[in-house]
Amino acid sequence: MLKRSHYITLGLVVLLALVVLNLPGQTAARLKLALGSLFLPLFGLAGSTQQVVGAAADAILPRRELVKQNAQLRQEEQRLRLQALQAAEIAGENARLRQLVGWRAQTPWKLKLAKVVLREPANWWRSIQIDLGSRDGLQVNLPVLTTEGLVGRVASVSLTRSQVVLLGDPNCKVAARVENETRDTGVISADGPLAAQLVRMDYLSRGAELKPAQRVFTSGEGGIFPKGIPIGQIVDVQPVDYGLRYEARVRLAANLNALEEVWVMFP
Amino acid sequence: MNWLNTAFILGAAFLAVFGQAAFGSARFLAGAQVDLLPPLMVYAALSSGLTTVTLLAVCAGLWFDSLSANPLGVTVLPLFAVGWVIFLKRELILRDQPFAQAVLGAAASVVAPALTLLLLLTMGSHPLFGWGTLWQLVVLCAGGALAAPVWFELFGWLQHALVHRGATESSFRPDREIRRGRRGALIGGYRGEVIDRARSKPRRPR
Repeated sequence: MLKRSHYITLGLVVLLALVVLNLPGQTAARLKLALGSLFLPLFGLAGSTQQVVGAAADAILPRRELVKQNAQLRQEEQRLRLQALQAAEIAGENARLRQLVGWRAQTPWKLKLAKVVLREPANWWRSIQIDLGSRDGLQVNLPVLTTEGLVGRVASVSLTRSQVVLLGDPNCKVAARVENETRDTGVISADGPLAAQLVRMDYLSRGAELKPAQRVFTSGEGGIFPKGIPIGQIVDVQPVDYGLRYEARVRLAANLNALEEVWVMFP
Repeated sequence: MNWLNTAFILGAAFLAVFGQAAFGSARFLAGAQVDLLPPLMVYAALSSGLTTVTLLAVCAGLWFDSLSANPLGVTVLPLFAVGWVIFLKRELILRDQPFAQAVLGAAASVVAPALTLLLLLTMGSHPLFGWGTLWQLVVLCAGGALAAPVWFELFGWLQHALVHRGATESSFRPDREIRRGRRGALIGGYRGEVIDRARSKPRRPR
């Protein structure tokens, strides 16, 4: 039998939930940040535990392995130095040509490294939290990437942490361009709840010449993501809406399951 | 003892929310992150009062939403709904049986996220939702079935280790004492009633 107190409790909880759900956006965001800051001591604990584990792993790594890794890194450094020299030459040439033609020069990317501190606990969103916040100059909508490619954008910022919505989340849509002769454009959006590495490229025109393994980059349209950041490669293409347009599945270049450090791109 | 139990439950919810956000290996292995809050709600509803159930739903729901992209407060109602229904029917549930705990944990782990998704869709949000959600619910169901008996075991152990238990009443009753002596034995006496066996015996003729 239901008692009066049961009804009162039910009513109070429903009322509280409705009030919190209908709070103005800014108030809700502040309350969210305040509640999230309760976990700060655990962030520190988890970070120091990771450091201790990392240090222990470093300590038990054999010297032979370290020497081998050192040699590999030296080789890679030399290769990258050569590439950087070549790139500087090409960039100089590009700048001279742009000046001749009268095009606006591209601004170099300003990047800041951030550590991934938390992942999304709910199964119906894709987001991470990073250890940079407003005190580090972060703002909403800054692009986030790894050395492999685009990861997502900053969705909300607190003093010490920020939330990044990842590619494949319904709240992260990106204007993209395919690297082919027709330079087809479309919009990258979520594909489904299970495949974390696959996204959907939608709104491709009927005349698009799409093939698997073609590379996809940001198109620079939309105003959030600058042009030319790698997104991934086309897996397959299929007509939709009775063949009026095409839709492609794209395998992401960055491994979103193994994100530990990301770069935030500043304007 | 009650407030200590509530504190244990809230502490466990806090750590569970952080653990779910900090360690996401289950999502990469199985395609879904196991939710530990609904099985914890099963434990709270079966072993504590309605105040604890309410506190757990409100605090754990808000903590979960603060680390998630969910709108703040959307997890509170589904968690409370699960706890409230189990609390109302708890006299009919064999709460000490691990099988019953597992079944309730599995059911709660499916119902709570399904209600949250329904609430999100009703509010006009666009969460990731499709055929893959069914597989995620299966993983959540299996995770909840495993987690519920573990919570019960963990809290049982915690209470055994940390909570003072009052001395148990002895089965000895002074009014049922058998006294032997010169005047004979007192057997089967009840509330001062005395049966003198010696007197009731017929005397032997000398």
